[in-house]
This record gives sequence, C-alpha cells and structure tokens, in this order.
Amino acid sequence: MKLSGRKVFRGRVSGEALVTTQDVSFYGGCDPETGVIIEKGHQLEGKSVSGKILVFPTGKGSTVGSYVLYALKKTGRAPAAIINKTVDPVVAVGCIISEIPAVDQIEIEKLLTGERVDVDADRGIVSTQD
Amino acid sequence: MLELKPEERAMLDGKRGKATRKAMEIITSLGEIYGAKRLIPVSSVQIAGVSYDNLGEPGLEFLSDMAVDGQVRVLTTLNPAGMDLEDWERHGISPDFAKNQERVVDAFAKMGVMTTCTCTPYLVGNLPHYGEHIAWAESSAVCFANSVIGARTNREGGPSALAAALTGVTAEYGFHLDENRVAEVKYEVRAILRGTDDFGLLGQVIGERTNKAIPFITGISKATTEDLKSLCASAATYGGIAMFHMEGITPSRTAIPEKTEVVSQEDLEKARGKLDDKGAEIDFISIGCPHASIGEIAQIATMLDGKTVKNGKTVWITTARPTKDLAVKMGYYDKIERSGAFLVSDACCAVAPLKGRFKGLMTDSAKACFYARGKNKFKTEIRPVEQCIREAVS
Repeated sequence: MKLSGRKVFRGRVSGEALVTTQDVSFYGGCDPETGVIIEKGHQLEGKSVSGKILVFPTGKGSTVGSYVLYALKKTGRAPAAIINKTVDPVVAVGCIISEIPAVDQIEIEKLLTGERVDVDADRGIVSTQD
Repeated sequence: MLELKPEERAMLDGKRGKATRKAMEIITSLGEIYGAKRLIPVSSVQIAGVSYDNLGEPGLEFLSDMAVDGQVRVLTTLNPAGMDLEDWERHGISPDFAKNQERVVDAFAKMGVMTTCTCTPYLVGNLPHYGEHIAWAESSAVCFANSVIGARTNREGGPSALAAALTGVTAEYGFHLDENRVAEVKYEVRAILRGTDDFGLLGQVIGERTNKAIPFITGISKATTEDLKSLCASAATYGGIAMFHMEGITPSRTAIPEKTEVVSQEDLEKARGKLDDKGAEIDFISIGCPHASIGEIAQIATMLDGKTVKNGKTVWITTARPTKDLAVKMGYYDKIERSGAFLVSDACCAVAPLKGRFKGLMTDSAKACFYARGKNKFKTEIRPVEQCIREAVS
C-alpha cells in the first residue's frame, strides 16, 4: 500500500509503526530522557517512541515540545520518523531542528501498530509491504 | 511554492554558518507548510522559552548548539526568565536553578540577544509601529502587537522566533496577510470595567467563547495601556487569541462582523467565580502579569508607603529590568521594599520555579491565575490591584 502526503522534514527511513488515534504532547507527555509516553490515560502510555515510525493525528501542547524531540535525538531515543494527519508547528519545528524525517497529510487510519513502514519524506510517500 | 532570494538561498545552503542554516530550514519549512509564497523581513523579534523551569536541559542544549555560530540580525529581546537575574537569592531561588538559568541567558546573550527578560517588550524599547512585520512569541505580547499597535506577527514558538532573529526574515502567512486580520465575531460589552482585573476577565470570557475567531469588541469607551495588556494576556491564555479589534481604540481597519454576542456584567462575575477558589488561604500576592508598567509601580509604591507586609505573606511586584531601574531612581523601589514586598525584575509568578511554595495566590491577573492553578497547584483569587495590596498589609 502506498500513501501519499507532504514532506515536513526530509529523509528516508524504514521501521516499525507505533500508531495512536490520540494527539501527542511531547512536553509533559513524553519523557525527554527515555522516550516513553507518560501522559496519563494516553493510548501509548508506558510505550517508548524510540526508533519507531510514530503515527498520530497531530501535536498538542506547549512549544517546548520541539525541544523534547531535540533531546531525544541527541541521546538516540527519538522516533525514526513521524507521520501525522496534520502537522502542528510544535512537531514540525521539533522535526526540523532534530532532523527527524516527517510527513503529513497521510491517511493514518490505514496504518497499524507493529507493521513495517517505509517513509520517503523527500517525496512525501509512506508505503507498507503487503 | 516558496520563492527565495539569493541571500536567503545562501543561508539555506549553509553559506552563512550552521545555526543560520538551521534557522532558515525552520523558516522555509513553516513557510511551505502554511503555503507562504515568499519570505519577508522582520524588524523586531521577541523570544519565548527562557525560564529554565520550562526549557529544562532539552531546550538549553538546543540554544547552546545554536549559540556556537548564531548571531541575531535584528533587534531581539527575551521573555521572562525563572528568576531576577541579579537578585535571585533574596527571592528564595536555589543556587542550582540560578546556575542553569544563567546558562540559558548566556546562550542568548552570546547570539547578540538583548537580555531584557520581559513579556512587555513594547514598554521597554522593543516597540514596533503600525503595520510593521515582526516575529514575537510571548502570547500576550503577540496579541498586544497585532491588536493595540497594529503590527503584524504570528504566534511564534521559541525556535521559530529565534530562527527569525538569526535570519532577519519570516515566512509570509497567517497574521502577516490582510485577509487573515479581519474581524469575525462582534462582542458587545454591556458591563462596567473598572480595572486590570475586569479587563482580564473580559479576555477570559471572550477567549473561552471565540474559538480563535478574531473578535470585534464594542462598548468599551476607555481603556488604559495596562487594561489592554491585561485583556491581551487572558484572551491569549484562555482562547489562543492572537488579535482582536476594539471599536474606537485599536488602529486596524476591518469590516464589522454580523455575528454578534453579548458580554454582560453577569458573564464577567461568572468568570470571576471560576478563578475564585473557595477557602483559598492567601499567602502569595503578585502583581505584574504581564509585567507592571512604571505607572502601575508608582501607584503600588504609594499604596505600600509606610505599610508593612503581614507575617506569612509574600508579595511580588514583577516587571522588566529597565522599569525596575527607573523605579529605583524614582524612589518607588525603596517604598515597595521597605514594606517587605519584593520588586522582582526579569521574572514573573507564571514562569518562576514556585510549585509547592505557596498555598494561595491573590492577583489582578486572570492569566496568572491560570498558571498558578495549572502549573503550580495554588488556589487563586482575582481582585483589583488596590484590594491585593490591602490583603498584603492589613
């Protein structure tokens, strides 16, 4: 399956999808040292975003969230890529400063946690091997 | 498609250093996401994300990396820090926090940022004029700039404001364009507003109702600069409002929207009720959110002159450093400090590391109540300035 969207930040990467239908706040919602989602009651609570193709509708919360992505990248715990339905400025800036490949305007309902996903952010294309 | 001029292209290609390249990547990527056709020069920048209490190590790391070779190209000032940069010890700030806060401010200073740490840059030398394109981040100042001054800025985040400072440009979208500055909902105010607390409550009522539609406010015959800064702060805090029009007061032209809502005295009282916690034990009184003007400080100095702050109560009057310097010169500082109150510069009660330090805050600021309740877990009461000071001393 091939899904087509828009580049947010360049790069090509493959990895395992981690999908949520809830918005993600990196500031206060994700531990900047471990990459584990800590927001109470979130679908991904207790799960690590490190190395994953992280798929969520859009970002929420404080602009400091951009810096949390930067901290995760520096310690090698950032997501391998981010896929959004609609990117918000906090996540967009976070991906740009951290050089995390990112794509938005993707039909994220078609992606499943655990499946292998190829992200070609340069062309804004997300594909799965089925 | 975003078109770049040769110098902008040079920045993006890394010919003006690493930090400038990163900055230009931020600007152009946001421009592409929001459909900008070109970049435009900005003449003034104001950066948020300064308190170490909010930034933490992640933010500090980014700033330190940018400071390796980044230099600002336009007038750039900072939002409040987590402490008075020169007088933190007397205000109960820990040496560890102070050290980290100084690292943040040093990183900004190294890039050529003016380290006046204030949410009211327009009161202390960072004052754009009508129609000027700027890149500001502090939400209350963004609202003040767009609405009261008629300058043009989006609500920038910390990194995007810094990016504008390092490149001298921003992408032309959002509030930079005429078509996005038109009023969408009319609010008829049928209530008497007496001071900064009432204007804050008005911002709260409109903010909670408007769902980011640009308000056109009528029924206000008179408002001071201080009233308007209070209104801007709460409208931004409770509604993400980046711009409003006010009949007879704000300078931008707009068509008057047909959709009309009424704000009654009862609506304001309801809003006050939401911020007044039952049985709040007030041990902290803070005025200066947004930062107090020299006029407000003069009035407070008169109210505190010869009085003594009660045992068990802490009073912070927060302001910008240049305003504090003037207050010292005018003798206001001595009158305030002799009473046992503190005139705190650079910081404020919303961004200082105060969690758990107090039980209840009394303030004239609806915005301060929001952060006191959410971030610091204080109970709150919102009152006029005079009543806040009476609570502190009587």
